Amino acid sequence: MTTNVVQVAYIIAAALFILALKWMSAPTTARRGVIAGEIGMLLAVVGTVLRHEVVSYHWIVVGFLIGTIAGIPLAYLMPMTAVPQRTAISHAFGALAAALIGTAEYYKSTPHGFTMVALVIEILLGFLTFTGSLMAFGKLQEILPGRPLVYKFQNVVNLSIFSAAVLLGVYLIFHPEQTQIFPTFAGLALLFGVLLIIPIGGADMPTVIALLNSYAGLSASFMGFALNNYLLVIAGALDGSSGFILSVVMCRAMNRSFTNVLFGGFGQVQVKAHELQQRTVRSATPEEAASILEAARQVIVVPGYGMAVAHAQHKLRELFDLLTKRGVDVKFAIHPVAGRMPGHMNVLLAEADIPYDKLFEMDEINSEFAHTDVALVIGANDVTNPAARTDRSSPIYGMPILDVDKARTVMVIKRSLSPGFAGIDNPLYYMEKTLMLFGDAKAFLTDIVKELAVGARI
Amino acid sequence: MLATFLGLELIRRVSPLLHTPLMSLTNAISAISVVGAILITGEKDASTLSRVLGFIAVTAATTNVVSGYLITDRMLKMFKKRDDKR
Repeated sequence: MTTNVVQVAYIIAAALFILALKWMSAPTTARRGVIAGEIGMLLAVVGTVLRHEVVSYHWIVVGFLIGTIAGIPLAYLMPMTAVPQRTAISHAFGALAAALIGTAEYYKSTPHGFTMVALVIEILLGFLTFTGSLMAFGKLQEILPGRPLVYKFQNVVNLSIFSAAVLLGVYLIFHPEQTQIFPTFAGLALLFGVLLIIPIGGADMPTVIALLNSYAGLSASFMGFALNNYLLVIAGALDGSSGFILSVVMCRAMNRSFTNVLFGGFGQVQVKAHELQQRTVRSATPEEAASILEAARQVIVVPGYGMAVAHAQHKLRELFDLLTKRGVDVKFAIHPVAGRMPGHMNVLLAEADIPYDKLFEMDEINSEFAHTDVALVIGANDVTNPAARTDRSSPIYGMPILDVDKARTVMVIKRSLSPGFAGIDNPLYYMEKTLMLFGDAKAFLTDIVKELAVGARI
Repeated sequence: MLATFLGLELIRRVSPLLHTPLMSLTNAISAISVVGAILITGEKDASTLSRVLGFIAVTAATTNVVSGYLITDRMLKMFKKRDDKR
């Protein structure tokens, strides 16, 4: 009897998860999707707890309590600018859970055949995603240097560690009773996770986070195979494929391949400092910037990671309001890899109450720059670099960019002329029509807003 | 396999606008591994090792479930407000 109830609960839960993702496709139905997901999860958990194999509750309850107590502040206190970090850390948790369950299952039953294959894959992915996500978290939180750390023979070392882990895994599949090998196997997986992420720079984080998301999901999915639980298989596969798609989207947005992101170690390519130093830039004060914005008819704002770091989204909203009130048409152009995770900018702008029908994707808006008076770039760099279109020798050549250089005037708010995370110089800054607004994004926007507000009262 | 294809189809239709909430939602869904954790931890004759590992797994996965759904909802609420305003 209970078995049937559990089966039904699982089927409904799986269906709800699928619906949840379907509803996520539009902002209007997205919240319904979350509720569907919640109900699905509740059903799955209750169904599982009811299973007759489960008899000892008290550790489970303690785990639930601690998890809930830890989870609530994680969700509510986290500033929206820290969402990429949060996502990374929760990938780490998810992957850790999967890896530990795999480990426990292995020591419990030392299974053979197909179950063992699934288990080995689960554990390998779980552990490497765990440490990999921790490293990503460290980089995003700026505990670790965000620049790529590269050394000689890095790829060789990484590859040999990975192959060693895989070989041990294969060996374990054929000889599951060799338990003494297991810790080495797990250790290598953990180590590989660290080494995999260390050489990856900040600009590649969106791809990497999506990829880790995918691994965490796959790990859960293989756990499903190992435990013979199809709900896990389905939910894990949904997560795995969504992470995979996102990373493909991110890679395409940067015109790079997976292997390039993982083994490329960007950033070391452009050591050759060309004749750039001599070129002059024009800079402007907040007053000048304000009057230019005021006189414009159409303004396109291009936000980037700099806006996130400076928490400038609310000031940007004030600017948006003031300009809109004066009849200036303000739009926002969002590059797929702007920020540190997929969709990062959208969330920040939404937090600041900027209507989402003013946010445009790259393909939709690129043709508009040509008849735009002012393109205001806030803390974005590589995604606006015209070198990607013109300079074959540039490491980002071929990457789709926002064509801000086609606007009549370009204003760039940036702390200094230093190249961005990818370490690539941006010819945009040296163009005739470009005005550099040097300063912290938030401080500078505050000044512009003040200027405009004064003007409004007169 | 089927789920993967279905997943691919579904995700492709999600607009980039919602990529971040999408990721945190799938993250919460993948915390379904809590099911596996419960099974491991709750077994009658589980060894101390499985109990300990299972317990950590339950805790980690629950954290993801709770924070994953809550933060997704919090983000979506912000998107949602636009609708009312228009």
